[in-house]
Amino acid sequence: MPYLPHSPDDVRRALETIGVDSIDALFDELPASLRNPDIELPPAMDETALMAHLRALAASDVTGGPTFLGGGMRRHFIPAVTPHLALQSEFVTAYTPYQPEVAQGVLQATFEFQTMMAELTGLDVSNASMYDGATAVAEAALLAVRHTRRDAVLVSRGVHPETRAVLATYLRAQGIAIQTVDLQDGRTPVPAGPDGAACVIAQQPNHLGSLEDMATLGEAAHEGGGLLVAVVDPLSLAVLKPPGAYGADVAVGDGQTLGNPTFFGGPSFGFMVVRQELLRQLPGRLVGQTADVEGRRAYVLTLQAREQHIRRGKAKSNICSNHQLTALMATVNMAALGPQGLREMAAGSVRQAHRLADRLRAEGARLALDAPFFNEFTLSTRQPGSVVRSALAARGVHAGVPVGSEYGLGHAVLLAATELVTERDMDALLGALRAGGELEAAEVRHG
Amino acid sequence: MAEPRRGSFPSIYERSRPGRRAARPPRHDEPDLAALLGEDQLRDDAPRLPEVSELDLVRHFTQLAHRQFSIDGNVYPLGSCTMKYNPKVHEDAARLFQDLHPYQAPETAQGTLQLLFELQRDLGALTGMDAVSLQPAAGAHGELTGILMIRAYHEARGEGEQRKVVIVPDGAHGTNPATASMAGYSVVEVESDARGEVDLEAFRRALGPEVAAVMLTNPNTVGVFESRILEIAGLAHEAGAQLYYDGANLNAIVGRVRPGDMGFDVVHLNLHKTFTTPHGGGGPGTGPIGVKAHLADFLPVPLVVRQDGGYGLSEDLPHSIGRMRSFYGNVGNLVRAYAYIRTLGLEGLRRVSGHAVLNANYLRVKMQRAGFRIPYQRLNMHEFVAQPPEGVHTLDVAKALLDYGMHPMTVYFPLIVKEAMMVEPTETESLETLDAYAEALGEVLERAAAEPGFLAGAPYDTPVRRLDEVRAARQPVLRFPFADEAG
Amino acid sequence: MDIRDNLRYATSHEWATEPDGGLVTVGISDYAQDQLGDVVYVELPEPGRKVAAGDAVAVVESVKTASDIYAPVSGTVEAVNEALVDTPEKINESPYGDGWLFRLRVEDASELRTLLDPDAYRRAAAEED
Repeated sequence: MPYLPHSPDDVRRALETIGVDSIDALFDELPASLRNPDIELPPAMDETALMAHLRALAASDVTGGPTFLGGGMRRHFIPAVTPHLALQSEFVTAYTPYQPEVAQGVLQATFEFQTMMAELTGLDVSNASMYDGATAVAEAALLAVRHTRRDAVLVSRGVHPETRAVLATYLRAQGIAIQTVDLQDGRTPVPAGPDGAACVIAQQPNHLGSLEDMATLGEAAHEGGGLLVAVVDPLSLAVLKPPGAYGADVAVGDGQTLGNPTFFGGPSFGFMVVRQELLRQLPGRLVGQTADVEGRRAYVLTLQAREQHIRRGKAKSNICSNHQLTALMATVNMAALGPQGLREMAAGSVRQAHRLADRLRAEGARLALDAPFFNEFTLSTRQPGSVVRSALAARGVHAGVPVGSEYGLGHAVLLAATELVTERDMDALLGALRAGGELEAAEVRHG
Repeated sequence: MAEPRRGSFPSIYERSRPGRRAARPPRHDEPDLAALLGEDQLRDDAPRLPEVSELDLVRHFTQLAHRQFSIDGNVYPLGSCTMKYNPKVHEDAARLFQDLHPYQAPETAQGTLQLLFELQRDLGALTGMDAVSLQPAAGAHGELTGILMIRAYHEARGEGEQRKVVIVPDGAHGTNPATASMAGYSVVEVESDARGEVDLEAFRRALGPEVAAVMLTNPNTVGVFESRILEIAGLAHEAGAQLYYDGANLNAIVGRVRPGDMGFDVVHLNLHKTFTTPHGGGGPGTGPIGVKAHLADFLPVPLVVRQDGGYGLSEDLPHSIGRMRSFYGNVGNLVRAYAYIRTLGLEGLRRVSGHAVLNANYLRVKMQRAGFRIPYQRLNMHEFVAQPPEGVHTLDVAKALLDYGMHPMTVYFPLIVKEAMMVEPTETESLETLDAYAEALGEVLERAAAEPGFLAGAPYDTPVRRLDEVRAARQPVLRFPFADEAG
Repeated sequence: MDIRDNLRYATSHEWATEPDGGLVTVGISDYAQDQLGDVVYVELPEPGRKVAAGDAVAVVESVKTASDIYAPVSGTVEAVNEALVDTPEKINESPYGDGWLFRLRVEDASELRTLLDPDAYRRAAAEED
């Protein structure tokens, strides 16, 4: 039996030591009615059959071909050295670093992650990562509620719809009200009456790809006595003004674009970075620097009294784990690319996205919005977004994240470009759109 | 081997030099960012990220890996963590699915969707539950999902206002009460009896019309099976409460007993424990939940469903608690768990629990012979609680073990036992490894008795020795202290 | 085990002074600070907050634990020991002196009678061991 080392002799020896007759006897104290039910599972496979089976399943997926998919995850350049280093078996098969003397690998890498995230966001303290961007936003809202002792939050519709849905689930449980601010021309207007809100939550770039005036939103939040929670794409911060520079109190988001494959949506990781004054409210694990008895610098999980295993019912959150391994991929990747490499990727993504937009407009396509965008924009379409996406897929191009009707833009899709996109990829996309009738001169559509 | 044995290990920032770099992305003409984005949107200074050559990068993270214990390198019998071997073939398996984008047209993701659908089915079969969601990103996340579903259930029946309390046993893992609080409940703890099981009388007294849910682990956190679980379930249901199963200890009974048969209404599983998805140094985990039919309407969306002759994702669940996360789940790990179940089949999984319980009882006997106290003198399941002899501190024993290249057991949990050591060897350790572990522990006790002060100074041979954790908490330094920043 | 004779004690190990100008000072006993270990952080209540006897009003954290501190009597928080923010170790070094936690303005001094006198507290602490 794979992975189980015992021979029949081993089992016999163990049973003798314990003083029972059989393995089944070890379960005698369990109620008889519960033992050994009939369970239907597929028959066991050996390794050869397993991989053949999985390859057959994978063959029913389509992953090759040009891709312009965005909406929160994007395929970026990940150098080969990144997974080779991050996926060393000591990092993969280690546990949470509760015995720091033998866990300096994970602890130091996490400390370096915390440093890099603080640098990217321009804020003071980062935790060791969270499940994903959406739950990080929910936790940020709860932090603002605890800090301000208010029971309502304001969120822009420019924040990803799935993030807002998760926010609603988490906040409903604690009786906290959510007010959604609609976009105007694809951007968030200064909210009327942020007074009484624990925070204003806005995304940069927003879900439609547009760039927000985060500084003004921050001012409005602070005037109302609340916090500004900035939901950001971390790779964009290689060129964009970081949250710390425009008055954000908390920066959160999903870290996938910093160096993990898209993996059909997970695992990735969420990040949270806060101003120093909010340190005690910060959920999740934290690694701190200290020294050992010989005076050598060393790292250790610290401020654990905030967490569930100590505070139990009064913890800041029930969060137990972090997304250590995917955060480590990002850490290694950021070190591999350095500030110059990340800047090139961000700038390259902007360039390719704007090049694509220009080529689309030249062929008669219409962008739904005029607002400046980063590396993703909204394209008006003749057919519903999901139909367009399927038609493109049938022609070998992955593109067209449908834009929800809540935005009032009619039929529309998101198109993203990264530094991996080539002119030929764009040729393929344009060709596919043309073949699907999307580039004929269309009457102006309005949602 | 260039790693310094004396002195401090360098930070990646100390290996940095201006102008160095490792990887190079595809190059494009530099766009006029100010014109395209607006000058006021641009950052003024580059972020301080490492600037290292590729070889320096490799040396840094390779040497860091050498400063790290892991299952691959060291025996790691942490109680309730199920540190079993993580098969390498799972890494190859996961890689087959890594490039899928969550928003690609569903008809282009049929293989992955089929895998997820089948995994849902298999986890439901193993737990005896009627519907499964693979979404939660961790055990604690699964707990929150399950408790929110229970809350929705009571609200739908008009009992939401009335039921504000969750019962947990006093030995419960910290996430249980933390989860209950996050879901808006207050927590009542119930004591355990001398045998280590929930005190039935105390439990009866705690039940009432204000109780929404009872959260239990079975086997429980001291490693014994709650033998009166059927009675407990009956009492809870009579009081109108829902029964929640914390699946952390499923490795003891997988394939042999189903939580659904025990009377549980909601179950969460820890795939990073029972189903050997890698711990990764702290995550990502995965915490799928299973529910009985009466709760299925409240599952989080989207659901993985059969659709148009294939598979798809559906948000058509009007009473759903909503979304618990972005996208669909930690697919990378779900693939690994799927591969594991397919490799072992039912017989294999029965053998997993059988050998897990066998190994735990074997090690208990060996540790008792080596001089450790065993507070619950009975057959245990996949893990057991031990204590060092009077006067010896668990923490010191744990630190001394590190010098043997062995990871200590869980220390100071559960809270109901003083100087607790919780030991879970799992089924993938050989008897010689367990013998060596018990022998090392015995030696530690002997040295402790013969050399006063020896234990308190341990460990001696690890890359760093005991740390000043007080200083780390009193004067938190949570990022690299750059030279130009005040200390 | 240092137990001062001029104070009264709660079973949860807080001490309280007799009222002085309507103010009662509260801290934790020498036994409590010893059990906690090195204090790393203290969360103090906000001045002006009204508390009832038995309310959890502060938190004292060590590396491995966090302990709720309960108001021994009802009153309004008049002052807190700000020095503990930077030097929480005062609680370990001087639990009855510089390590005081907060002062309450009390309405009903008779509530103090429900607390343990020093001998009763000595016995209670010994029993816990």
